[in-house]
Amino acid sequence: MIWRALLGRLGISVVTLFVVSVLIFIGTNLLPGDVAQILLGQMATPDSLAALQAKLGMDQPGYVRYFMWLRDVATGDMGFSKAGLGAGNATPIVQIIEPRIFNTLQLTGMVAVIAIPFALFIGLLAAMRPGTRLDRTVTFSTLSLISVPDFLVATFLVLIFAVHLGWLPSIAYLKGGETGLNLIRALAMPALTLIIVVSAQIIRMTRATVLNVMSSPYIEMAILKGVPRKRIILRHALLNAIGPIVNVIALNLAWLVGGVVIVEQIFAYPGLAKLMIDAVLVRDLPLVQACAMIFCASYIVLIFIADMASILSNPRLRHPK
Amino acid sequence: MTETQQSMNTSSQFDELPDAPPKRKIKLSWSGKLGIAVLVFWAIIVVIGPSISPYHEAEFLDESLFIVPGSDEKYPDTDFRPPSRIVLLGSDYMGRDTLSRILFGARTTIGISFIATLLAYLIGVTLGIAAAVGSRFLDMVLSRLNDALLSIPSIMLGLVMIAALGSTIPLLILLTGIIYAASVFRIARSLGQEVMVSDFVEAARVRGEGLWWIITREILPNIAMPLATDFGLRFVWVILFISALSFLGLGVQPPMSDWGSMVKENLPGLIYGAVAPIMPALAIATLTISVNMIVDDISAHSGGKLAKRMIA
Amino acid sequence: MSVLLEVNHLKISARKDDDSLTPIVKGVSFNVARGEVIALIGESGSGKTTIALSALGYTKPGLEFTGGQVRLEGEDIITMASDQLRALRGQRVAYLAQSAAATFNPALTIGEQVTESCVLHNILTQKQADERAEFLYRALELPDPDQLGKRYPHQVSGGQLQRLMAATALCGKPDLLVLDEPTTALDVTTQIEVLKAFKSVIKQEGSAAIYVTHDLSVVAQIADHIVVLYAGEVQEHGSAEQVVSHPGHDYTRRLMHAVRPPPGAGQGEETSSEHHREAPALEVKDIVAGYGKTQNGIPSITVLRDVNVSIERGHTVGVIGESGCGKSTLARVMAGLLPAAQGKVLLDGETLKPALQRRSRGELQKVQFVFQMADTALNPRQRIDHILGRPLEFYLGLKGKEKRRRIGELLQMVELPQEFAGRYPEELSGGQKQRVNLARALAASPEVLLCDEVISALDSIVGANVIELLKRLRKQTGVSFVFISHDLSTVASFADEIVVLYAGRVVEKGATDAVLSPPYHPYTRLLISSVPELRVGWLEETMQTQEAQAGIDRVVTLTDTGCPFFDRCPLAIKDTCDRETAPARQLGAGHTIECHRSEAEFVH
Repeated sequence: MIWRALLGRLGISVVTLFVVSVLIFIGTNLLPGDVAQILLGQMATPDSLAALQAKLGMDQPGYVRYFMWLRDVATGDMGFSKAGLGAGNATPIVQIIEPRIFNTLQLTGMVAVIAIPFALFIGLLAAMRPGTRLDRTVTFSTLSLISVPDFLVATFLVLIFAVHLGWLPSIAYLKGGETGLNLIRALAMPALTLIIVVSAQIIRMTRATVLNVMSSPYIEMAILKGVPRKRIILRHALLNAIGPIVNVIALNLAWLVGGVVIVEQIFAYPGLAKLMIDAVLVRDLPLVQACAMIFCASYIVLIFIADMASILSNPRLRHPK
Repeated sequence: MTETQQSMNTSSQFDELPDAPPKRKIKLSWSGKLGIAVLVFWAIIVVIGPSISPYHEAEFLDESLFIVPGSDEKYPDTDFRPPSRIVLLGSDYMGRDTLSRILFGARTTIGISFIATLLAYLIGVTLGIAAAVGSRFLDMVLSRLNDALLSIPSIMLGLVMIAALGSTIPLLILLTGIIYAASVFRIARSLGQEVMVSDFVEAARVRGEGLWWIITREILPNIAMPLATDFGLRFVWVILFISALSFLGLGVQPPMSDWGSMVKENLPGLIYGAVAPIMPALAIATLTISVNMIVDDISAHSGGKLAKRMIA
Repeated sequence: MSVLLEVNHLKISARKDDDSLTPIVKGVSFNVARGEVIALIGESGSGKTTIALSALGYTKPGLEFTGGQVRLEGEDIITMASDQLRALRGQRVAYLAQSAAATFNPALTIGEQVTESCVLHNILTQKQADERAEFLYRALELPDPDQLGKRYPHQVSGGQLQRLMAATALCGKPDLLVLDEPTTALDVTTQIEVLKAFKSVIKQEGSAAIYVTHDLSVVAQIADHIVVLYAGEVQEHGSAEQVVSHPGHDYTRRLMHAVRPPPGAGQGEETSSEHHREAPALEVKDIVAGYGKTQNGIPSITVLRDVNVSIERGHTVGVIGESGCGKSTLARVMAGLLPAAQGKVLLDGETLKPALQRRSRGELQKVQFVFQMADTALNPRQRIDHILGRPLEFYLGLKGKEKRRRIGELLQMVELPQEFAGRYPEELSGGQKQRVNLARALAASPEVLLCDEVISALDSIVGANVIELLKRLRKQTGVSFVFISHDLSTVASFADEIVVLYAGRVVEKGATDAVLSPPYHPYTRLLISSVPELRVGWLEETMQTQEAQAGIDRVVTLTDTGCPFFDRCPLAIKDTCDRETAPARQLGAGHTIECHRSEAEFVH
């Protein structure tokens, strides 16, 4: 029963990934101009253009090109970046992307490691004492933080830590190979921004989830059975809230995929998102396609994990009749 | 005495106790009221902003404005001026008045976001209700497509589409409308389904009412309130989304002023301690926080049921 | 007997948003002696649950103690510190809630939840507690007692959960049990088993108990003393025997009056006895219906099989059965909400289309459906005059003045004041909403009213008033009724004919008198014997009958072959009843019993 639910969910993820790839392919192919034209530049004759188009498979109908592209992507061949194509020194996209993925993972990993335990702690704390001053402070400040743009948070952090205190650089430039304190210094500002924003979301959702569980009749029953408060929260409530909370975390990590775009841009952090924005600005389509596929795939994987958490934590599915 | 009268007389002493508390009007707390005040303020600015603005949004301030009497300096800098009586909120990186640009920009930012949210609602509610009342096949097709659309981070979808189609205001509105229609679809569908299986809709169906009557008289009035609350939240996200695009240089294009792009343009001034990037960001924040405060307040009063749905 | 719990001028109020206090409990006093069962009886809003919970020093969120004392062995519970309260709860006072399904934590095993309290209070070690739990499972006659603790709440049935809740409460051998409507949500056949288990265990353990309920006949079985409550005040207080047989207070008498007599012969209302030669008002023939994909005329989940019912003009047909028997499905097939897979629905002798979308407006008008829950059947966004006006407009084309006049008449017919026309449903009480619900159906000037459990959700007095109203309306309008209920006494007091459904088959049908007097179908017999009677000692007598021993507390299962009642029937013939469809035996004018046994073999 539980395997069927999980397999079903996996199937949906695969189908979704497929639909997303079609959307990305169509979206990027709406762009005017064709690669062959750009490759050959001014020297193009109709004959050579047609020859190159045939070589690149561009004379094929759309769906054939789509499957060719999909096959390439699946085998790790992302094609060539448009930049430098005309000059004849085309760079394979994989080479451009690899260090960027590493940088982005470094940033998001650091955010996840710090933000998740911190936010869970604060969220639980607020949920355990609803209506107190602590709870109201947490509720109001997280509400404010999720309502303001990410770049405002970033701007204020720059204002405080870079301009006023002068402790940290206002851009997060990586030369490559930084270690230890240097790396932390470089990552500090973008990471802090993301930690604040992601934590605010997780805190709110954790609090709401736990409060929701706490208002169920079986919690009232536990109170009436004389179960101590700590045990009510840690055994009765948390066991039921754990699924939704893992769900919340996964959803927020997925959200991080989008949030990183703004932050990398503000701090000029050389990650995948910055690469994608730059590619969008110069309309380097193969590169945009590649970046978008990576982002969407990781998003779908995280959503899948979130759904899995709900399925796995459901006692009805775990212990069938 | 007839039988009827008799039973009515005896029943007066031990009347049936009212089983539900009488209708509760939504009473807003101070935070909700403050939120409404700020919202009304910005609504007024959208209407009259340009006419009360001290300068035009694209007007470069004249150096002569800043000449301090008795000073030798004939050509003082006009960019990144601190707030003063001449420029109440300072000037920007090109020497334009920040206040005027915020007043003009209100119309662009709020206007675009509002129209985009309306569009998202038009598409989302129409399709959502169609999925809720229509055949299972229709529901399945729409829901699958919607899931796929939701599986792309909205900012990614925005980036790809803008890369492909360029950035104009109608496109921006259309794009945002479609992206956010996906989440509106989800909520409208689930609300619609909930009402669709209720006994009173069944009662209308047994009566022989047509689909149109059921949608307009039975379903829509019952989902209007939660949808209105959701509209507030969605509006906030659209503002943040459009501001983020503008901030990335992909949204509203210069020389039009828009709060998101104003932050971006003036970001370099931050290092000199200029207020120019802070003010538009604060403008966005006051608007979005106030809408969220109202929504929070309303959902707290409706028993948190609404809030739960919004989170999901 | 020494006093265990002393409730003294207890006052509890609700605090509203604007900080004002509304009294809920207005100075209630009573005592509970050791080993005594005291019943708090009252309708919704009487404050009975709120008072009962005060014995645990607990108030629901939004309520607070505003006066009086609740003393357990002389100690005031209300002023106790929270750790004292924690020690009290589950150890000295234990609570049993109305809905066990909601009060068991879905993520923990049954065993952990049953033993948790007494282990935490250091009354027993985990091992001792497990043994005691197993002992209680046996005492409560729960199946598979040695493995039960390892299972999860969703893996056992509702009736079993209810008894498991009793095990939880009794595990720590408390001095006082608080039982909050523990059998209200159960079918009658399940109810007696649970009641019996409670009663014997309470006797055995010597605990005192506060039993909260709205059902006088249940109280008569289990209580030593009765406290009658109305609107947060004690109306009458006395021994069970005295209150039941000589009610002293007006309100108690009204409660007693609302208890319908146990079903028996001679109750059917005399309607038009002259037999019409014309076609019945509504008739269903050989209906097969259910849910899921239909193959060869058989739905994948078949709820109704070969059902034949006919409703003569002006007659009332009662449909009775436990939950899951297909009563509502039958009404939905008649209304066209669920098109039947096979068979015909006839209105005035004319075949109706199975699906309501294909029926004409005139046909729809003649058959009106009254839903069970008035709360959900009335659109909360429409005013009463709109709710009543729409069918007038839709079927009869009434407009303006004419429509308003008719709305006024309808309100008068259901005994509601005229000014209700301008109100919204949520401004009405449950009984008033049910009256509006009825008026809406009457607005269409129908020939047949399908009433699906219309009084099940109402308090007893309110429900009794609605039945009286229905009887008057029947006289006034001559409408035919299909009256569906799980409560045999209600059906018996209102219907001319009764159809007994079991697992989607009609097992017995006929005139009310014929069905309610011997010979009985074994299932009818079980149903009749399960309805609690308003007298002390009924429970013990009933439990001795073989029907009860064979048939109570089992789940209704749909079967493809044989008689579905086979596994609960004391007269079942092995290899016949479970294989072959039972023959319909004609026992008189219109009285049919479907059974393999012959007339002589039926229980008399």
